[in-house]
Amino acid sequence: MNLENLLNNYGEAVAMILFGIGFTNLLLQKNLIKKIIGLNIMDTATYLFLALKGYIDGRKAPVVTDGVQSVEAYINPIPSGLVLTGIVVSVSVTALMLALTIRLYRRYHTLDLDEISTLLKKEGK
Amino acid sequence: MDFVQNFPFFSILLSLFSGPLSSVLNAKWAKRVNAAVITVIGCMSAAVLVYVTGTGQEYVYMMGHFPAPWGNEIRVGILEALMALFFCVIMLLSMIGGSRERELELEESKQNLYYIMVNLLLCSLLALVYTNDLFTAYVFVEINTISACGLIMIKQNGRTMEASVRYMIMSLLGSGLLLLGICFLYDLTGHLLMSNIKEQVQLLALSGNYHIPLIVSLGLMSVGLAIKSALYPFHTWLPDAYGYSTLSSAAILSSLVSKGYIFLLIKIFYRVIGFEIVRESKVIHVLFVFGIIGMIMGSVSAIREDNIRRMIAFSSVAQIGYIYMGFGLGTAEGVIASIYHVISHSASKSLLFVAASGLTDASGESLRYRDLTGAGYRNGLAGVAFTVGSLSMVGMPIFSGFISKLLFAQAAIGHTYKMLLTLIALAISTVLNAVYFMRTVIRIYTPVPEGFLIENAQTVTVRQQPSKSAALVCFILLNLFLGLNSEPIIGLIQRGLEMFD
Repeated sequence: MNLENLLNNYGEAVAMILFGIGFTNLLLQKNLIKKIIGLNIMDTATYLFLALKGYIDGRKAPVVTDGVQSVEAYINPIPSGLVLTGIVVSVSVTALMLALTIRLYRRYHTLDLDEISTLLKKEGK
Repeated sequence: MDFVQNFPFFSILLSLFSGPLSSVLNAKWAKRVNAAVITVIGCMSAAVLVYVTGTGQEYVYMMGHFPAPWGNEIRVGILEALMALFFCVIMLLSMIGGSRERELELEESKQNLYYIMVNLLLCSLLALVYTNDLFTAYVFVEINTISACGLIMIKQNGRTMEASVRYMIMSLLGSGLLLLGICFLYDLTGHLLMSNIKEQVQLLALSGNYHIPLIVSLGLMSVGLAIKSALYPFHTWLPDAYGYSTLSSAAILSSLVSKGYIFLLIKIFYRVIGFEIVRESKVIHVLFVFGIIGMIMGSVSAIREDNIRRMIAFSSVAQIGYIYMGFGLGTAEGVIASIYHVISHSASKSLLFVAASGLTDASGESLRYRDLTGAGYRNGLAGVAFTVGSLSMVGMPIFSGFISKLLFAQAAIGHTYKMLLTLIALAISTVLNAVYFMRTVIRIYTPVPEGFLIENAQTVTVRQQPSKSAALVCFILLNLFLGLNSEPIIGLIQRGLEMFD
């Protein structure tokens, strides 16, 4: 019964697996660029999950066409709105992280966070 | 509707718009605008506090006049107004206390950017305190993270850049988990406003459906916010971020930023999930255990530290542990103790940061513990202030830290197995606190042997540093006020917490 549930909701399962991949990458990768890619995978997985939750089989995007105004014809628009907001947030955060990475790279010529820590200790400030 | 009811909304907007305004001003005017904005918001929050205490009723402020399930809302009760007022006071004092360091350490052209960050930080804190909408809370959590990162990295050196990268990584992990938790909850209930979610959650709890997803979502949100507020195993970014950033950043980060997340967690416990369900879940046991470990390990790390700023930063880890331990007790008394500790810890931690910088000023800017010998004589006021802060942290009567420890101990009594653990942890942690704080106090009051005085050591008088001295005096008074006059504040917290249900 549990397996059946999983197969019926395979989209959500994929979203959770992607979230896990992104999360571990952000946490464990040493390379800053790979960390940022992990961050984006993690965020995108959340948006996939949200979009799936708003989707209703056989219905259309909530834009009135051909004068059809019945609620029954359209999917839930709120998750789409949330996804948009979330994308804005993750874009700005990614931009900030990339800017920081560039600065660190210019100063230390490496993208490895642990190596940067060692260099800092050598500087001894 | 009374005019006062608009104030929370005004204060959020005011701080939001003063940010962009600071970008076109020069440093001097940006500083004035910033101080004025914080003062005005503090006064408005005080007015709201008086108003809400007078009516004894919480109120909901509709944004854009759309009714409940569609529009966005602000909710104002006693606790929210108290927190907003308190955040403003601490922020103003930290900004005054650190003004000299900002002028010395930041480039002239970048100083006005600092005030943008501070204004946006205040805006996001106020929004976190007041909002009644979970997704809005998430967005402002991110704004808070970004502006806090700006506050760390604006002092440009390798240490702060590394610290801000580490801070961003941990914060992003936390906000990812928080967002996923909110999505789960939205999926379960179909609402984003806290009050609507709570109604649906109560129905779900009665029917017993979807129990596991509900607990998973609660767990995700708790862990996410715990990571962001630096609960013990997630604290690795904290010492560098507090230790090497400019003084007012360190004071603001330690006393306000992490506290904003903790307050959001309290709101989630009470206003979104319902404390009954939180209590029955296993999540609070996890928070309890990590809180206790954090109390002890934070202090152990602080004892091993040679740099005074980093030592104070590690002590923050221990104090955050206290707060989570209070949640973990799972009683209203525990939460009241935690909220009081949020207040008292903010007051003493920012005092300690400012006082420590006064001491290092008198010791040739050296942060090393050894060089601070006799600094209490070279800068009298900073020495006294550091002693007050230390005594408060250790938990001496008449200082604010004593009251919160007393409240924790009282809250623990009556628990079956958590009581003993809490009391033992409190005792061990107090001893450890005393070891490193009293060691420092003794060190700064040890006379320097003839000929051993470090280079650049100088006597600092009150007149040389008027703004820092004024901030220190205010901080000392605030600590004494919280320690001697705790009853009314505990009463306010209690009434505010009752309003949450």
